[in-house]
Amino acid sequence: MMIEFKNVVKQYPNGTIGLNNINLKINEGEFVVIVGLSGAGKSTLLRSINRLHDISSGEITIDGKSVTRAGGKQLRRIRRDIGMIFQSFNLVKRATVLRNVLSGRVGYHSTFSTMFGYFPKEDTEIALDALSRVNIREKAYIRADQLSGGQQQRVSIARALAQKPKVILADEPVASLDPLTTRQVMDDLQRINRELKITTIVNLHFIDLAREYATRIIGLRAGEVVFDGPVSEATDAKFAEIYGRPINEDELLAAEAAKGGVTV
Amino acid sequence: MTPAPTPESAEVGAPPPPPSKKPAPTLDSKGPQRYKMLATWLLFLIVLIACFYQVDANFFDLFSVNARDNMNRILGEMVRPDWSYAEDIWEPMIETVQIAIAATVIGSILAVPVALLAATNVIPKKMVSIPVRMVLNLVRTIPDLLFAAIFVAVFGIGAFAGMLALVFFSFGLVAKLTYEAIEAIDPGPLEAMTSVGANKIQLIVFGVIPQALPYFFSYVLYAFEVNVRAAAVLGFVGAGGIGLHLDQQLNSLRYDRASIIILITLLVVLLIDYASTYLRRKLL
Ligand SMILES: Nc1ncnc2c1ncn2[C@@H]1O[C@H](COP(=O)(O)OP(=O)(O)OP(=O)(O)O)[C@@H](O)[C@H]1O
Ligand SMILES: [Mg+2]
Repeated sequence: MMIEFKNVVKQYPNGTIGLNNINLKINEGEFVVIVGLSGAGKSTLLRSINRLHDISSGEITIDGKSVTRAGGKQLRRIRRDIGMIFQSFNLVKRATVLRNVLSGRVGYHSTFSTMFGYFPKEDTEIALDALSRVNIREKAYIRADQLSGGQQQRVSIARALAQKPKVILADEPVASLDPLTTRQVMDDLQRINRELKITTIVNLHFIDLAREYATRIIGLRAGEVVFDGPVSEATDAKFAEIYGRPINEDELLAAEAAKGGVTV
Repeated sequence: MTPAPTPESAEVGAPPPPPSKKPAPTLDSKGPQRYKMLATWLLFLIVLIACFYQVDANFFDLFSVNARDNMNRILGEMVRPDWSYAEDIWEPMIETVQIAIAATVIGSILAVPVALLAATNVIPKKMVSIPVRMVLNLVRTIPDLLFAAIFVAVFGIGAFAGMLALVFFSFGLVAKLTYEAIEAIDPGPLEAMTSVGANKIQLIVFGVIPQALPYFFSYVLYAFEVNVRAAAVLGFVGAGGIGLHLDQQLNSLRYDRASIIILITLLVVLLIDYASTYLRRKLL
């Protein structure tokens, strides 16, 4: 699926400019990493794609269909095709892993049949398959709060996969994980991107991680795109430009790992 | 979990609301604050004295010869209960518990949709939540005995009027506590459900209910406890249950029988409180 931003502006009700005239084209199958300082507008950009945030002006289209103008059922249909992964996993902690993954299927069913929590057998198959893809099928019947952070994030990836999405958005998916599980989760995302050709857009704040996994890096600063290019062009000097200052140690996963005594 | 009690749900003995993310208000007793405090205490004292005066409160009455004699006589009869009367009392006792059960179940079921409508994180429309909350507050300001008296007048003397009164009472209680619990749930799963393309009902079924259900059940049990106690006195206004018999025995000065009723009521209430508290602890 191709995602296109045309003159997109997002101003929050309190006057803060979240996005300032964004023009972007993201092509099918790309693995895009968005980088930028805290407050640069990374989350705002990601959340405007599936309309968790409304934009103030301009238009966002997916395969030529307007997200901005969609409403009701049409919008829910668009969202069904976009899996989203959050920093805090956003699982129902008291529910089982399988139940959480199955909840990714609701967009395919009528209100009535989902009202009683009923899912056809094929859905359970799809959910278990999704869990297999992230290597935690054996945890299907365990309560989500009994898993480690990395495992919970993989459950949330499985929930996104159960949607059979064409796009995956991930907002700082590894920010609350340790360096080792960070790699496992990023590997999962990369594998899914390659095997299923799902367009993937990830916000990251570790620049070495961004370089390692991305096929394309987009740099944001104060709501504007200040860099857009392949990894080979994203040099340290370019990053310093995006950040408006030299790179810090703590923006490197390797440095974090060294601090924690873990080799990666 | 041990959440700090929020002033909003100051039900006496009510189960704790789920942890809310609001910071606790800080008490600052410096500067003009101190005079405010002083003035508040002074006002409180004046009101208290005025009340005593108004109700003719008299500490000497408490120890008067008359009161002592009455007390001695009543207690004397009460410590010699008429055990044979216990047989006659089981049936109205069971009826009392049945009134409480029926009222709790019906009131709680009615409370579910209303709690969902009142919770602004589920329906973020002031047009809906404000009127719903107004009705809820209205229902909650009417005491259960007043409800009972009204329903006795409308439907006649009997258990039905009492049950109806407690339906309203438990409805108000459970709806209020539940909507506060719903507003304190983790918003993450709701966001996730929105992002997978769920509609409102699907969001409720998969995001709200699994999180709020244990709280809801705990409030239902709490309402049941309160209802059993309330059902025991509904009989005084003719609304069925054991209170009717207690009223009769007291009026005919049969304190030996009244004490049996009180004893059995105490036993049943204690038993139910104990069981319910145990279950609630398991739930949360
Ligand atoms: N709900 C909101 N209301 C008002 N301003 C907001 C809101 N959400 C974000 N902002 C502001 O919009 C700007 C962009 O925020 P955004 O969350 O997109 O940044 P980010 O790049 O994701 O930062 P981080 O790395 O800290 O997550 C910031 O200045 C932020 O303060
Ligand atoms: Mg962010």
